[in-house]
Amino acid sequence: MLSSTAKNLYWMGRYLQRAENMARLLEATQRTALQSSKTEAFDVAEMYGLADAFEAIHPDGELPQLIDFMTLNVENPSSVINSVRAARDNARAERNNLTTDVWESLNGLWLEVAAIARRRRSVDRGAFVETVKKQTVMIAGAAQSTLLRDEAWNFLSLGTYLERADNTIRILDVKYHRLQPDGAPQARDGVDYYGWSEILTCIGALRTYRRVYRARIEPRKVAELMILRRDLPRSIHHCLWQLDLSMRELAELYGNRGEADRQAGALHAELRYGRIDDIFEAGLRDFLEDLRDRLDELSSEIGRQFLLD
Amino acid sequence: MAGIKAFDEMTSAPDGVRAPYRDVAQWLADTPAATLEAKRSEVDQFYRRQGITFGAYGATDGHETTIPFDIIPRVIAHDEWQYLERGLTQRVRALNAFLTDAYGERQICRAGVIPERQLLLNAEFVPLAQDLDLPGGVHCHIAGIDIVRVGERDFFVLEDNVRTPSGVSYVLENREVMMRLAPELFASMGVLPVANYTEELLATLRSVSFSDDAEPNVVLLTPGPYNSAYFEHAFLADEMGIELVEGTDLFVDEGRVYMRTPRGPQRVDVIYRRIDDAFLDPLAFRPDSLLGLPGLIGALRSRRVNVVNAIGNGVADDKSTYVYVPDMIRFYLGEEPILQNVPTHRGDRPDDLKFILDHLPELVVKEVHGSGGKGMLVGPTSSKAEIEEFRAHLVAHPYDYIAQPTLALSTCPTFVNQGVAPRHVDLRPFVLSGKEITIVPGGLTRVALKDGSLVVNSSQGGGTKDTWVLGPNGQHGQQVPLQSQSQSQS
Repeated sequence: MLSSTAKNLYWMGRYLQRAENMARLLEATQRTALQSSKTEAFDVAEMYGLADAFEAIHPDGELPQLIDFMTLNVENPSSVINSVRAARDNARAERNNLTTDVWESLNGLWLEVAAIARRRRSVDRGAFVETVKKQTVMIAGAAQSTLLRDEAWNFLSLGTYLERADNTIRILDVKYHRLQPDGAPQARDGVDYYGWSEILTCIGALRTYRRVYRARIEPRKVAELMILRRDLPRSIHHCLWQLDLSMRELAELYGNRGEADRQAGALHAELRYGRIDDIFEAGLRDFLEDLRDRLDELSSEIGRQFLLD
Repeated sequence: MAGIKAFDEMTSAPDGVRAPYRDVAQWLADTPAATLEAKRSEVDQFYRRQGITFGAYGATDGHETTIPFDIIPRVIAHDEWQYLERGLTQRVRALNAFLTDAYGERQICRAGVIPERQLLLNAEFVPLAQDLDLPGGVHCHIAGIDIVRVGERDFFVLEDNVRTPSGVSYVLENREVMMRLAPELFASMGVLPVANYTEELLATLRSVSFSDDAEPNVVLLTPGPYNSAYFEHAFLADEMGIELVEGTDLFVDEGRVYMRTPRGPQRVDVIYRRIDDAFLDPLAFRPDSLLGLPGLIGALRSRRVNVVNAIGNGVADDKSTYVYVPDMIRFYLGEEPILQNVPTHRGDRPDDLKFILDHLPELVVKEVHGSGGKGMLVGPTSSKAEIEEFRAHLVAHPYDYIAQPTLALSTCPTFVNQGVAPRHVDLRPFVLSGKEITIVPGGLTRVALKDGSLVVNSSQGGGTKDTWVLGPNGQHGQQVPLQSQSQSQS
């Protein structure tokens, strides 16, 4: 396999994940807004470092404007349409390394998104987000059930889980701290039920929370679920576990290890043996920021180790 | 092109339907136009979903173009195909012998068959290809020979394409589509398969490696996703299970070519390139090329990597060399040509020139080095003024032109907006040469969708059809052995 192939698959994984995460986030935000009539448009923009860019275009910061900005705005590098397009471009360059099922479902998503963008004035934004969510799940399913588990798979996987871990960190960081500005593990009086359930909905884990804890929603448990729970597919621990697994498989295939392997292993171990009380004691915000820096570093190291740059 | 009465491959028979088309005619009679229309739009959807597109990749609105596909197959009888196959094999053997000779001792020039200046002064002659001594003496590993039919038994070679001929992906995809659209019709006719093309191609590529490796590493070199034929490059690499590379994926070290992989450099033995000579290696050809691989030609000359098709092939498929192909067949093979050239008059011969000038309104005049319809006069469709203007060029630079009669290309039933109607077609079979010559039965049938048009190019409203070569048990043509008609060769 070529290095350029590894790179394209890695980025295909990242961009697809980015599109899906954004769709989920917008859906959850919209749901909450309907129920509690609060809008958090700037929070979401801030999550991606786009608060200024958003405010420049939409000073009022209404939710429908945010959704427009985050879905169809081609000037916004993190918009869903740009992510889908980038994922599709990467996939198109690597059609050889993908199955027809994966390629067709991804190309189908791009065609639908592009068609919706062309009828811009009459876009049903809810339906748009729904389409992206459904189709990205289909693509993931096609990948899961048809792709050869070779090196290509592992690079796709690295991109997918790095991006997903990053996303869960951003959601926790921004949304958690809006609900609990002091970062305390205990809910303050008058728990913002909708706020907490929204965080869980962003990662599709509201029902899971109830199944796991059989209890009212508490900030500490939400954090624990999203950070440390290994069996939850969008938790940070799960993502770093999968990342480490893919690194190990590549090391086995190539017969050597490097700095990226060490970093991936260290990150995984930290989450695996971490305790939620210690995290809160040291400060959740610092913990999340440190994690994000180290993920960025790992991403660069992967580029160096596999000649992706 | 009113007034040209063309041979129709379905209906030009005493009883109104030629034998190889009997089932197709029945199918057309039994299938309502609405059903055909539904099938046609189904195909378009299919091609779009699969991303089988050409042209402007990356258009911002997500629009890529698909080549129109006609849902009525073009049928070639078994005996007709056997004749074509013999003729194509002979022609490609001669072209390979010629290229080896042209970049070797040039015996054909010494024998006075082709003037040496025809080679050495040809813009397509590549001195760096001198004495390459390629495995098996093969220079055109993949040839796309354009053939037109003008009568029951009259086939002509219009053009030899031995540089980087494209279109074979449509042969394979069109077949997939037709088998879905008309399974009963397909099954009833005993059509020979084409799906083994890519296997044969890979075997051909492997057979011409300089190294003795049992499994030489073969890659396909593409100019990248912005090339109009990129779909085909990806398709072929995929089908063969080889890497699709761009110049930046490769590097040359100590005269060997390697590809960059996450596990480190990996050696490359054979490069199936879909990049023109001029862009292949900035050290050898155009220094501004960003597509190629610096040092590639050095590695080729030191026999560490083979490049397919060979460099310098343009000297064999050039329009001015075309006229010599029948002579090549006689010279190298000692045989009479099975497939004929279109009678061609050459501007550099005084008698021919006089004939051309006297008959301009009836002829097609082509510039020797022109391509894609540039520098071309189609007499019957040109105005008096255009003809006179062209006459002046011709008189001033007679060496630069050849002329051919305007051929009435055969027609095939085609589904157009008005229903089923005859449209002109040509045929490009793909001939593979490695250790031996292999031709997958069929080829790309291009069809001029505009009424009366003789231009089949996809850039000018042309479409494609699936080409069905019938097996030995399929319906035959006239059951008369096809013979090459003697042609007055100028």
